[in-house]
Amino acid sequence: MLNPAAKLNPKIFDKDVELGEIRTGFGDGLIAAADADAKVVALCADLTDSTRMEKFKQRFPTRFIEMGVAEQNLAAVASGMAAMGKIPFITSYAMFSPGRNWEQIRTTIAYNNRPVKIAGSHAGVSVGPDGGTHQAIEDIAITRVMPRMVVISPCDAIEARKATIAAAKTNTPVYIRLAREKTPIITTELTPFEIGKAQIYFQPAIPKYAAERAVAHSRKFRGIIKEEKPKAPKAVVGIVATGALVHKAIMAAQSLEKEGIPVKVMNLATVKPLDEEALWTLANETGAIVTVEEHQVHGGMGSAVAECLAKHAPVPIEFIGVQDQFGQSGTPAELIELYGMGVDHIIAAAKKAILRKK
Amino acid sequence: MSLTDEQVKKLEKKAHDIRVSIIEMLIEAKSGHTAGPLDMADIFTYLYCPAGMKYDAKKPDWPERDRLVLSNGHICPVLYATMAHSGYFPMERLKTLRKLGSPLQGHPHREWLPALETSSGPLGCGLSQAVGMVLADRIDNGRTASRRIFALLGDGELDEGNNWEAAMLAGKEKLGPLIAIVDRNNIQIDGFTEDIMPLEPLADKWRAFGWHVTECDGHNFRDIDRAVGEARAVFDKPSVILARTIASKGVPEFERHFEWHGKPPTTPEEIAVARKALHN
Repeated sequence: MLNPAAKLNPKIFDKDVELGEIRTGFGDGLIAAADADAKVVALCADLTDSTRMEKFKQRFPTRFIEMGVAEQNLAAVASGMAAMGKIPFITSYAMFSPGRNWEQIRTTIAYNNRPVKIAGSHAGVSVGPDGGTHQAIEDIAITRVMPRMVVISPCDAIEARKATIAAAKTNTPVYIRLAREKTPIITTELTPFEIGKAQIYFQPAIPKYAAERAVAHSRKFRGIIKEEKPKAPKAVVGIVATGALVHKAIMAAQSLEKEGIPVKVMNLATVKPLDEEALWTLANETGAIVTVEEHQVHGGMGSAVAECLAKHAPVPIEFIGVQDQFGQSGTPAELIELYGMGVDHIIAAAKKAILRKK
Repeated sequence: MSLTDEQVKKLEKKAHDIRVSIIEMLIEAKSGHTAGPLDMADIFTYLYCPAGMKYDAKKPDWPERDRLVLSNGHICPVLYATMAHSGYFPMERLKTLRKLGSPLQGHPHREWLPALETSSGPLGCGLSQAVGMVLADRIDNGRTASRRIFALLGDGELDEGNNWEAAMLAGKEKLGPLIAIVDRNNIQIDGFTEDIMPLEPLADKWRAFGWHVTECDGHNFRDIDRAVGEARAVFDKPSVILARTIASKGVPEFERHFEWHGKPPTTPEEIAVARKALHN
């Protein structure tokens, strides 16, 4: 069942669940951040509409810099603006920023400790028809390896908006990973979001029979013996997901639950700094983990989770993600299935992880 | 208002002292770069004199100060030495260059030495940062901002494409307060710039990007003063000063040799030659 404390979208399992673009959530968050703080400026490398900076450009024309197709300059100019007290947001496709300009980001932003916020749009194979050149599936790896860099991968448009507003308030460099396609709205305005905090979105339900028995039991013995509180079973596998695939992870969890396999799903929106305590708590409780990300399995969120758990709570881990391959043209749905990141893949991985328990 | 004879003499003396410090730092460090720091000593001396930048060594974070972005970070011994000679920190600290825990990192890091405007080393991104500083200043203070942002570049590093991205943007945005100074010493690690990757016609390249270009003798204070004054007077374009310098200026035996780009004097003979040339 959905974790009630997470206050998620009640329509999440419906066929007609609302859809939204994570990149548009970023664009809205940028406006909110800029309204709140005059220091926020925006720079874009010739993809203003595509990276959803258009509204910012119209509303704050003097605080917007059109860079042309020059991502290296994009990063280093932003560093210079931050040196003068600005909070620059820079955008391009993730493949080009932080892809092409990685070293400028490392030296002039991270090493130099300037609070530049890098928003990489069109991350993941779900970019679709543009093909492998434009599908950034290495961006989490290359950003999380940098000291000081905060890495956030929002699961839907609403979380992207919150992440952007939160990023503007930190004094560190931040990378925000954005997807192009419309994806299901998972969260609501009331869903908690905090940089560095993982959230449990799905947890084992109290089985119906246990609930009914408890009610009957309490009627029969009311006032005579202490009421027996029904308990949810312990989850036997934890699915840790990031980005839009959190939705698929929740769909997989629902199927597993129907099969009688109690499961928890964690939204790990902040890949760095890792919420280590939440991770080892989940690993210790479930004894098996599946990581789900639209990214290379090498070096991405799953690797970060493995680094943490190998040290603190070693349990079997299965990794859903792109398995050391490049992307190609296709529809987003086709590509997610082709590269093994669909709901059925997650279900199979969960069962495999459970079987691997000693 | 050009420099008086007395001012020039004072500057020449200070530049000489800075060169002595550079050589002593390099000898002590046993690694580092010789040619660029020595040939840029006069320009740095000028920038850190009353006619040069607006700065306050006792208040390095004074908000009104001009900014100096050193793009070719490997020539930092000249920056460190000039800062010490200008009162930013004690001279003894120069001997810690490149040593564990020293604020004088092998390539400059602004957190280790907070008086620095930026960290640098990997080539080709200083001009961009200077452009960003001018853009930010323009948002806050408009086009008539009096602050100047100086970007110091090597000629070899102009091989990096990032510079030309920055040059294009500065031209487009007509960044008058931006003054780039190129150390035109004609050498880079592997050889002479015109053999490795020809830059000429360098002035034409900058002009084509929308810049005001002036050249100067990088070892003549009156000419440096004239070029900087000219650049300051340009309102509607960024300016670049192509400063003709002699690599390793001050140690005749090392001068113009590209071999001295990236090494310090280490053998007793080299050390003797350098000291003899500078301690006369």
